[in-house]
Amino acid sequence: MIRYLKKQNFWFVFTPYFWLVLFFFIPLALIFKISISVSEWGMPPYRDLFSLSEEGFKIDSTLSNYLFIFSDPFYIRSYLNSLSLAFTSTILCLLIGYPIAFYVAKSQANIRIILLVLLIIPFWTSFLLRVYAWKVLLQGSGIINSILIHLGFITEPISMLHNHYAVILGVVYTYLPFMILPLYGYLVKFDLNLIDAANDLGAKPINTFLKVILPLSLPGIIAGSMLVFIPVVGEFVIPEMLGGSDKLYFGKIIWDEFFVNRDWPVASALAMSGIVILVFPIVIFQLMYAKYNFKNE
Amino acid sequence: MSNSFLEIIDVTKRFGDILALDRVNLKIEKSEIFSLLGSSGCGKSTLLRIIAGFEKPDQGKILLEGNDITNLPPYIRPLNIMFQNYALFPHLNVTNNIKFGLKEESFSKQEINNRVNEILNLLELNGLEERKVNEISGGQQQRVALARCLVKKPKLLLLDEPLAALDKQLRIQTQFELVNLQNKLGITFIIVTHDQEEAISLSDRMAIMQNGEILQVGNPVEIYEKPKNTYIANFIGTANIFHILNKDNQIIIEELNYEIKNINNNKNFHKCLIRPEKINIKKIENQSDNSNVGIVKEVAYLGSYTKYLIEVNGIQFYSFMQNSLVSDNLQIKWDDKVEFKFNDSSIFLFND
Repeated sequence: MIRYLKKQNFWFVFTPYFWLVLFFFIPLALIFKISISVSEWGMPPYRDLFSLSEEGFKIDSTLSNYLFIFSDPFYIRSYLNSLSLAFTSTILCLLIGYPIAFYVAKSQANIRIILLVLLIIPFWTSFLLRVYAWKVLLQGSGIINSILIHLGFITEPISMLHNHYAVILGVVYTYLPFMILPLYGYLVKFDLNLIDAANDLGAKPINTFLKVILPLSLPGIIAGSMLVFIPVVGEFVIPEMLGGSDKLYFGKIIWDEFFVNRDWPVASALAMSGIVILVFPIVIFQLMYAKYNFKNE
Repeated sequence: MSNSFLEIIDVTKRFGDILALDRVNLKIEKSEIFSLLGSSGCGKSTLLRIIAGFEKPDQGKILLEGNDITNLPPYIRPLNIMFQNYALFPHLNVTNNIKFGLKEESFSKQEINNRVNEILNLLELNGLEERKVNEISGGQQQRVALARCLVKKPKLLLLDEPLAALDKQLRIQTQFELVNLQNKLGITFIIVTHDQEEAISLSDRMAIMQNGEILQVGNPVEIYEKPKNTYIANFIGTANIFHILNKDNQIIIEELNYEIKNINNNKNFHKCLIRPEKINIKKIENQSDNSNVGIVKEVAYLGSYTKYLIEVNGIQFYSFMQNSLVSDNLQIKWDDKVEFKFNDSSIFLFND
């Protein structure tokens, strides 16, 4: 195939691949390399994988980092915590985001633009600031507690911060637009006559939703869910700022291994394992998605 | 207590400042093909959507066989609608599209399959059962849309521009098929269309709509021959409209300086209609004292007939002549002098 490509076409087609190699495969390979290196004191804190000395060429690799993290339930538990956080927040984002996306998609064109801008505006503020704002809202002397005390519902401030509910709140808040936008993309193309047709053929609103709207927006649901689920598994900042000691999350553990324990090989092994475990559901999702799209071509 | 099949009583609908329907009254009889004809924005689609139940009228009532259905949701109404774009479910195949409405009712699997097979045969859709709806042709999609409605055995079928998405050849064929189907099933059809030829050839009766009002209801012959006003006359077919001069008991077509004699009605009319096919023209070679003489300004040969634009005293009108002989179309040419003739009985007078 390449034979038929002209020179300019070659660059056009392969630029994305160069990009992927440069910014995805090479960093990934480096992390993999560190993950099978032996940890030692120094800078960088691991022994070089390949060394050339008087004794000749030597490969100094080990699987002990992987064995270590899979033997310690602490790491597995944190990974499960992250998966459960990702799962819960994806479901919540879907439940909250779907009606919003539907409403926006079905609004009149001029109102739709305003609503979309409102959805995107929060991105103009730093993500850190927005999460920090939640900290201010939720803390003991924060606005919510002050109002509740003022209204007389409570006498002592309730602790809303530093637990996994606050983390879920922060994650859902942050990732909601990533659910809404792909859903919107599919729903806006939805032919409203199909809803009328289903109604006319005797389907009650709930059946119209389940049998027509939902199956036709499935690609949007899958796309939105992946955009929320995958980054939340590795989410570090939100648990760090809003979370407490009740649950430890995977992203935070990797951070700690890197910067607190300075055990780069173990941190890299954690990151690699996380990717490998996540790749399976993603591939299955993608195959399902491709099959679905193929069926609807 | 009247016994019309469907009665639309004083139906009014506003969208913001726009009055989409203004106190519309209409009676539609059982087993007729009734067309709502009008240009876009006349309210015909809104009326159809109100009958289907997608919109609620601001005022007025819809009675089906004497029962008030105004506030019934669409999924309870015993009628179905075929959409202009067909609105077939893209995620379902042909059979499942047709089954969709049956599954919403409590039929046995056996009954559903029987009905689906029956309708597949009726609409010649056999062999397409497993196909995706976007893998079949426009004409086949139209039949699937029709099948999906008819399989529910509705009392009333609403058709929104049923032929608009088909190409011309298929449209004419489908017109006949629709009429045959309706005769076979006896279901009342209400068709919304902007195509006057389609309305005339399909309908038993039709209503002409403009600006949310019904201007005239009648069978196609009445509407074509005796339109209520010049708007309708121009909307249906080609119309030559002339002014009428009433003086000294004479009724004169002003532009042609022609006195209408064989007319017993002496009401004050202001305008008259003469359809182009009712005006005959004949080429005249030499100067004639006949006053009914004009000059051919345009000739359009259309196969079965020829359109001529004639100019008399600075005004223009059309004459359509059948080309019954091969030589017919050769006779009259551009800028020829012609004598025109029409029967007084083919003049229709208006007072608008």
